[in-house]
Amino acid sequence: MNEIILEARGLKKYFPITRGAQKGLFVKAIDGIDFAIREGETLGLVGESGSGKSTTAYNVIGMYKATAGQIIFKGQDISMASGERPLWMKREIQMVFQDPGTTLNPQRNVRQILSLPLSIHKMTDAHDPVGQILRLLDTVELSAEYLYKYPMSLGGGERQMLAIARAISTNPSMIVLDEPTSSLDVSVQAKIINMLLRLQRQRNLSYLFITHDLSLMRNLATKVAIMYLGKIAEIAPVDVFFSEPRHPYTKMLLSSIPVISEEEELARHNKVESQGEIPSPVNVPPGCSFNTRCPYANELCHQDDPVMREVSAGHLVRCHLRE
Amino acid sequence: MRTPTDRPPVVDIRDLHVEFKTYAGKVRVLNGVNFTVYAGEKVAIVGETGCGKTTTVKSILRILAKNSRVPRGEILFRGRNVLGMKGDELKKLRGAGASMIFQDPTMSLNPVFTIGEQMFEAIRNSGREGCGKRDTQQELAVLALKQTSMPDPERILISYPFQLSGGMRQRVCIAMSLATPREMVIADEPTTNLDVTIQDQVLKILKDRVESKHSSLILITHSLGVARETTDRVYVMYAGNMIETAPTEEIFRRQAHPYTQALMRCIPRLTGGGVAEGIPGRIPNYLKPPAGCRFAPRCPQAEKRCHEEKPEFADLGNEHFVACFSYEQEEKKG
Repeated sequence: MNEIILEARGLKKYFPITRGAQKGLFVKAIDGIDFAIREGETLGLVGESGSGKSTTAYNVIGMYKATAGQIIFKGQDISMASGERPLWMKREIQMVFQDPGTTLNPQRNVRQILSLPLSIHKMTDAHDPVGQILRLLDTVELSAEYLYKYPMSLGGGERQMLAIARAISTNPSMIVLDEPTSSLDVSVQAKIINMLLRLQRQRNLSYLFITHDLSLMRNLATKVAIMYLGKIAEIAPVDVFFSEPRHPYTKMLLSSIPVISEEEELARHNKVESQGEIPSPVNVPPGCSFNTRCPYANELCHQDDPVMREVSAGHLVRCHLRE
Repeated sequence: MRTPTDRPPVVDIRDLHVEFKTYAGKVRVLNGVNFTVYAGEKVAIVGETGCGKTTTVKSILRILAKNSRVPRGEILFRGRNVLGMKGDELKKLRGAGASMIFQDPTMSLNPVFTIGEQMFEAIRNSGREGCGKRDTQQELAVLALKQTSMPDPERILISYPFQLSGGMRQRVCIAMSLATPREMVIADEPTTNLDVTIQDQVLKILKDRVESKHSSLILITHSLGVARETTDRVYVMYAGNMIETAPTEEIFRRQAHPYTQALMRCIPRLTGGGVAEGIPGRIPNYLKPPAGCRFAPRCPQAEKRCHEEKPEFADLGNEHFVACFSYEQEEKKG
């Protein structure tokens, strides 16, 4: 088995509320999560809005400083904010955001956008700077004619390809992907996903893939983790995750996915009817945080917060019932 | 074209062309759309961004932008010509005939009025008897909210939109559009911004409400899965044309058009198996659209004729129609 490249240990991120009626309270965006990603693996971090999945991504790339716990990258603690991180560390972990429209500078052309990370990390090829950019464009299947185009004139898919080219420009070993295809049409998504898989094979990349799309994860993740209100509810290797889901929330998510064939309907397992909404991360219910929506919740679930238990190799569930 | 049913059509669109005048020139979006919804039928229009789904339904309510023009085609709503409607007749169509639910409920609800004030206005304008009275409005609004499984409807009525979650706001929009009897509800990507568990709840409520009111539904979506679980018939749209239509069960059993086939392969399955390579190329520029079949430049099976002539619907039986030349032979045989 490959080496562990990234590990989160008891990671927490609280945001203090500094004004208004809830002043003095905390938004518990991440409340103690553990996961590990091995080299060349993809961890799919799945959850609904407000589950803390994007905050986790931002912690990994250092946009936030962790409140407690550790993030270990290649054996070193990187839980500090990005300002305190050494340059090599930033080169090693890159990110692709959900909306390439807002993360590509509209005033810069493709060449300038791709040159910036190279010059920051002093990786510019002094003899052939244009050739270097063209090679990058080629890896994401964009032709030379894109060199002097501006993001405005590109389609959504092309912008995302450009964002991927920018992320791989510094030869990272890990890429954090925050819903990179959720604003794209499926035909474009298919193109991007296949490109990501090809790059992963060619460069032995590790991905932390943030998404709300479980069907997509089925086709590209090695491991899937479900987040709910800042905690991981269930984590398992992809095959086990879809063949033997244990947590009621996982089952509810699976039951809610609209599918296009009868085989997939069977793959949704015993249906758990969707009810209620995700509570505010400021007022997390006592006991198990899912108890407000869980059809099986009993007295214990309203009192004690369950702990992660391993039910089979690599398959962990945080539920009192665990069936 | 379609096999006749005993139910009358509510909306019947024939050869509809819509174009927009812009500084760059004439943008020819709809290119001869044929589309029929029968009474009580739930129909999905499926297609990717920019294919003309929203333009089609907006033209039914005549709410297209001012720079639009309809050079050809007709729209009949219960047999009446929508394009010729004026003043009161148009108001009646929008007030009592059909209503629309938009993708983003934050945009379609006014942030400075309470939910109640907005619902009362909609009920008042429905033109139904007794709806001018405040008590009736309150009664109907509470009932409509209850029917969309909203907890504590009285409190919702005095809330402002920002005090509700996205899923609740969308349920308010559904309640509002179905508070008074409607012949037709048009929902434009009503759940695209919602999480899957909430999407599941909202779609169930929408389906349930439409069925219990015996309304017809046009559901616009880019998700074939959503279409499959909510509707009776699917229309697939590409670049301003309806390219394939069939009863929902039939179209998921057999896709005839090369575009529909390619689209289906791109969808990640819950059973795994990887994702197809996507569809090469992009949708055509509507300033200079291709002369023949608009999918021809991306179609692996395209022949000379496809670049010159526009294919019409061929009948494949089982109420399945496809606009593709490769099925003409099959139609003759059948």
